[in-house]
Amino acid sequence: MCVAMLQTNNVAADNHTTMDIAVSARNVSKNYGEVEALRDLTLEFPRGQLTSLLGPSGCGKTTLLKIIAGLLEPTAGEIEVNGSPVTGPGPDRAFVFQDFALLPWASVLRNVAFGLELRGVAKSEREDIAAKCIGDVGLAGFEHSFPHELSGGMRQRVGLARALSVDAQVLLMDEPFSAVDEQTRRKFQEDLLALVANENKTFLFVTHSIEEAVYVSDQIAILLPRPSRVSDIIRPTGLREKDISTIRRDPEYLDIVDQIWASLRSYVE
Amino acid sequence: MTRPTVLKLLSAALVFGAWEIAGRIPVSYAFPTFIESMQALFRMAGDGTLWNAYAETLKPLAIGILISAVLGIAIGLWTGLNEWFDWLFSPIFIVMQAAPLAALIPLLVMMYGIGLTSKVFVVCIMAMPVIVLNTAGAVRNTPHSLIEMGKSFLASRREVLTKIILPAASPVIFSGLRLGISAGFIGAILSELKITPTGVGDIISYSRSIADYASMYAAIFSIIALAVLFLNLLEKTEKLLFAGNVRGYASD
Repeated sequence: MCVAMLQTNNVAADNHTTMDIAVSARNVSKNYGEVEALRDLTLEFPRGQLTSLLGPSGCGKTTLLKIIAGLLEPTAGEIEVNGSPVTGPGPDRAFVFQDFALLPWASVLRNVAFGLELRGVAKSEREDIAAKCIGDVGLAGFEHSFPHELSGGMRQRVGLARALSVDAQVLLMDEPFSAVDEQTRRKFQEDLLALVANENKTFLFVTHSIEEAVYVSDQIAILLPRPSRVSDIIRPTGLREKDISTIRRDPEYLDIVDQIWASLRSYVE
Repeated sequence: MTRPTVLKLLSAALVFGAWEIAGRIPVSYAFPTFIESMQALFRMAGDGTLWNAYAETLKPLAIGILISAVLGIAIGLWTGLNEWFDWLFSPIFIVMQAAPLAALIPLLVMMYGIGLTSKVFVVCIMAMPVIVLNTAGAVRNTPHSLIEMGKSFLASRREVLTKIILPAASPVIFSGLRLGISAGFIGAILSELKITPTGVGDIISYSRSIADYASMYAAIFSIIALAVLFLNLLEKTEKLLFAGNVRGYASD
């Protein structure tokens, strides 16, 4: 038992020292006319880990995510993914949307295969891949349903399957669980931890929930508003070795949640 | 028989029953009963009058509706996608929709004569504005997150248009088509009443002049029936093309 714990600690330490950066944002600024959404923001996202962008509304966390996705252009600064600069959307990144962004006229199967369809993958091949991803997110049997026939949680599973189907190394998730109910969200968070552990992908996760960020993250970047900047980076590494069913009553978990709230409370109006 | 079919038949029975009663009272000596009108309809169908008339009427109607649908959706897409085209075209179609068409017909006749061209114009003026304006509005209201989704999954500009904007706009485009096509039917009859009496318009004006009101109402009934049939066909097409657009009723 002790030996096993020591080993995992060693592995964690190794991970830390050889930290390999998948995505980096350097001196990124973004202005919307007069409004300064981001100012000179620098942040690195380690490969194979989940980094949360946490902050009160209006702190520019979604803006940063969309700049990394290539959907918005920064006013200044640059983004690098695997060492190459971002000039627009690319096959190395896949996006999970807050409002799911499913095609209402298309079946679950076509929605999940849509990313592959746009990449020109042949119909039978992309449907095979999509069917597998639908199974992976636990929606087997719903391939021919339409989005309006599914619950909110199931719709987001479709959005997640679509992002997984294109097999991008970086997954960008914009408050993916904010539009689903509390119980579904907890299940999602557990599934997300399993996904981070099993898939060798880098996750960028925007959230406004402190508990959610502490529960799922390897690294939490706390963003403060007006102008946006990274105020703190927290790595709850100790929690990642613990059993997911007991994390929520772990003293370390509770301490980190408290600490983050203490640093954010003065910025919440 | 399914419940919807029963309800549809009941709805038809209500209308035709009211028509029959109004004809029997009679509300006006120029208003025939439903049964008399149907008898006239079968007589005209039997001796070929009706089919010859439709061969005439369908020409401007079909050409006009085809032009209105193709050109109307194309111009609507343009105006919906591009601010400049919106400023250029939208006022034209808003004016066209508000214009009192009957008063403009003499002008059309002076410009294009009394032949097919003028009649096609009348159908187009009736049908096109609502198709253009609906299409443009639908395109402008495409959910932004769907377009972002397309871009983030590497859709080209053309794919964003054909795979996202067009299908997303399709319910409103189809409702514009429904309104436009029914207006086109009105336009086709109007042109036959106001320009030269041909086809179904001829049956209507001739029967009225000899006080054969049953034939007159039979002709009017037949054009309405054709329009309803055509609109049903359009709805079937929409269901076939975009199965996910049909999402039941608000009260379900």
